[in-house]
Amino acid sequence: MLLPLVLAGCGGPFPQSALHPESDYARALDGLFRGIFWWAVLVFVVVESLLLFILLRYRQRAGAATPKPTHGHTVLEIAWTIAPALILVFIAVPTMRTIFTTQAPPAANALRIDVIGHQWWWEYRYPDAGIVTANELHVPVGKPVALEITTADVIHSFWAPGLGGKRDLIPGHVNRITFTAESVGTFLGQCAEFCGASHANMRLRVEVESDSAFRAWLAGQGGMGRLAAKGSVEDRGRDAFRRYGCIACHTVTGVSAGTIGPNLTHVGSRTTIAAGVLANTAEDLARWIGDPPGVKPGAKMPKLPVAPADLSALVAYVQSLK
Amino acid sequence: MTATKGLRSWLTTTDHKRIGLLYFWTAFAFFLIGGVEALIIRAQLARPGNTVVSAETFNQLFTMHGTTMVFLALMPLSAAFFNYIVPLQIGARDVAFPRLNAFSYWVFLLGGLFLNASWLLPNHPAPDAGWFGYANLTSREFSPGPNIDFWLLGLQILGVASLAAGFNFIVTILNLRAPGMKMMRLPVFSWMTLVTSFLIITAFPVITVALVLLMFDRFFGTHFYLPSAGGDPVLWQHLFWIFGHPEVYILILPAMGIISEVLPTFARKPLFGYTVVVYSGVLIGFMGWGVWSHHMFSVGLGPIADSVFSATTMLIAVPTGVKIFNWLATLWGGQIRATSALHFAVGFIALFTIGGLSGVMHASPPADLQQTDTYFVVAHIHYVLFGGTVFGLFAGMYYWWPKMTGRLLGEGLGKLHFWLMFVGMNLAFFPMHFIGLLGMPRRIYTYAPELGVAKLNLVSTVGAFLIGVSITVFLVNVWRTRTRGKVAGNDPWGGATLEWTIPSPPPPHNFDVIPTVASRLPRWSMTQLKAIPEGAELGTPHAPAGSWWPLVAAAGLPVLALAPLTHTLWVAFLGAAILIVGIYRWAFEPFEA
Repeated sequence: MLLPLVLAGCGGPFPQSALHPESDYARALDGLFRGIFWWAVLVFVVVESLLLFILLRYRQRAGAATPKPTHGHTVLEIAWTIAPALILVFIAVPTMRTIFTTQAPPAANALRIDVIGHQWWWEYRYPDAGIVTANELHVPVGKPVALEITTADVIHSFWAPGLGGKRDLIPGHVNRITFTAESVGTFLGQCAEFCGASHANMRLRVEVESDSAFRAWLAGQGGMGRLAAKGSVEDRGRDAFRRYGCIACHTVTGVSAGTIGPNLTHVGSRTTIAAGVLANTAEDLARWIGDPPGVKPGAKMPKLPVAPADLSALVAYVQSLK
Repeated sequence: MTATKGLRSWLTTTDHKRIGLLYFWTAFAFFLIGGVEALIIRAQLARPGNTVVSAETFNQLFTMHGTTMVFLALMPLSAAFFNYIVPLQIGARDVAFPRLNAFSYWVFLLGGLFLNASWLLPNHPAPDAGWFGYANLTSREFSPGPNIDFWLLGLQILGVASLAAGFNFIVTILNLRAPGMKMMRLPVFSWMTLVTSFLIITAFPVITVALVLLMFDRFFGTHFYLPSAGGDPVLWQHLFWIFGHPEVYILILPAMGIISEVLPTFARKPLFGYTVVVYSGVLIGFMGWGVWSHHMFSVGLGPIADSVFSATTMLIAVPTGVKIFNWLATLWGGQIRATSALHFAVGFIALFTIGGLSGVMHASPPADLQQTDTYFVVAHIHYVLFGGTVFGLFAGMYYWWPKMTGRLLGEGLGKLHFWLMFVGMNLAFFPMHFIGLLGMPRRIYTYAPELGVAKLNLVSTVGAFLIGVSITVFLVNVWRTRTRGKVAGNDPWGGATLEWTIPSPPPPHNFDVIPTVASRLPRWSMTQLKAIPEGAELGTPHAPAGSWWPLVAAAGLPVLALAPLTHTLWVAFLGAAILIVGIYRWAFEPFEA
């Protein structure tokens, strides 16, 4: 294939690529695209080489007579009307087939996950398991998944290219993406519909896991987080979490029930924070909590005058929420 | 008495040629502004995590780049040629409504200034929701500042200019054709102007309504686009794209008209399949109304709607392909003179073909779900509107410059301009296909280094600056031409149409005697052009006097727009008063001085 050859020159890997499909859905789109691509290459070569040939062959030559004034040719006109129309039939038929197969209702055994967009982060709910998490989506490999997607504020678009095409999150509508992941791994994605100041910072990760790893993750996400020992730094952090009003926006099961920001009950188990913009390390957590709008322009989480001692306690507390 | 020199002569002019020049220079200035915005965007994206501009400023830059290029640069550059060339091509002394024409120009200028004034206020509240301003991001709740107000009021003002011009050119082309200029003898550029004008008068009312609903949502608390009280943001998308897709053809058809003039002249052959090219243009105009939802395949309209809009979109590729083959057949067997104008016309064919092919990829909804809202679609739109429209417009500039100024642009610099722009354009936009497929969405002010698209973005930035260099070469060429350009005479190219029968630049009344036309290519069959009878009494052709009132009336509109922007009622009455006084005095002004 030509595309991978060109791309090989640019290095890689490409964790957010649409050209490396790893689900039935993504593979269907990719196959269709490659078919159209080769028709396009054919037309491109025909038109551009014809153009080049004409330009070289019919350059003005000194002393040449005025060309014959041809005004048209009915048979030619009919021919170059029908030829593109025929090519389009070869594109339209598989297109229609793929439209209907990729938008078919999900299998009865599909894992349902509700995706809710927020400026600028993703909320995921696993209704059957009673789990709420954010930004990092976990799905099992080889099992059909149905994402039911909507938004809490403006229009967003869920896009994890390796697993399939994007679909918009629209207020008042519920859309659906169904796919069955084909291989284990981490797939990057991000919001694809402009949604305000930090549209660029609304990233996401999909962790495709083996069935056992997925079950283990599900089990770990349930219930309350680990309780910190009295007087420990995590305990002081939890106190700060209350004092600075974090509880108004964030849920930590057993501690608070805010729903404006992401659920933090098990935030310590995620690999990134702030919708995939920062790593989940002590250093980045301190940076984020110290100045959210500085990291993510327009962020709804305010910059609070957090005392340095409180900040390190908060970071320790958040990290302890595994 | 009509002023012929000085500032007053320009402020009061009703001469289609002067208005054409005003359109040209104003639109070109906006083209440069939109270009600088693009270069800042590319500088920011040259590497991941760059900090040339803030997120907020970046969002304003891409919004204003798109809005400026579509409404303030490409449409009015086409309008410059409508104004200057169409009356000359059809053998008329002016447009049908010269003062309305002046009004269109002044409304366009003031609307453009109104929109861009947002950059100059404290905290520069320029529009920031993208050039298609999707609801409900544009609601007061999510965009509380005046940014969106500037955008929607500016577009409302500009819509008035477009509508007035659209009606004017329809009446001009239908009613002011010289004797013998039957519709099927009309030069293709004038034909495409007619089709475009019909699209303007039918498409702009749709965006006007969409913007009025948005105004009501923002200023009076209605909920047309807000789901909280039963509205639907998808309504905005339907209304916007019902306007927006015909708008694409408003942008491309004039350029197709231009190259349909340029190719025959420099191949020294009549346009191949004139009738088919004209009917294809008309067909594209009609079909452009049935494809709008292909901008909305990610919305989730369901498989039936997706299939129907996919099919209609693919069908539109047929008349477009037919046009390309007819242009190739025009060149076939010709004596091709490789002038700068021809370079740009051929560039149009080569690049527009690429944009058309990626368009077919977008027409397939499942494939489009990996492409829409990514850099792939940014590549597509630029192959169509830059490779197509901008190259076509430059072909028109090199072709008609001698007619408009009396001097030829330098051919050496012209070809340098072409090659720099051709290479720059492909460097800037071709890598965007890959950038998009590798996962980079459009409209993001920064991107993660992990995506692996940093090198491709750097190449794209280099290409964009090369385009900037090419435009500089063009400006140098224009500057040198003022004094050093070769004097054109009536017809430097051996063109076939009527504009080449009269002096360059033409006298105020254009034609001493209105020609009688007996063929589609009057200059190439001179025997058919009736000569002026020996010793005929020509007299002085009447010419309309200049008028201040179009300018006065136009000035009422931005004042009116200031009322909602500042929430001041008396300003609305002031604006309305200026508008009404302008129209009243205009109506009772004698036509001739």
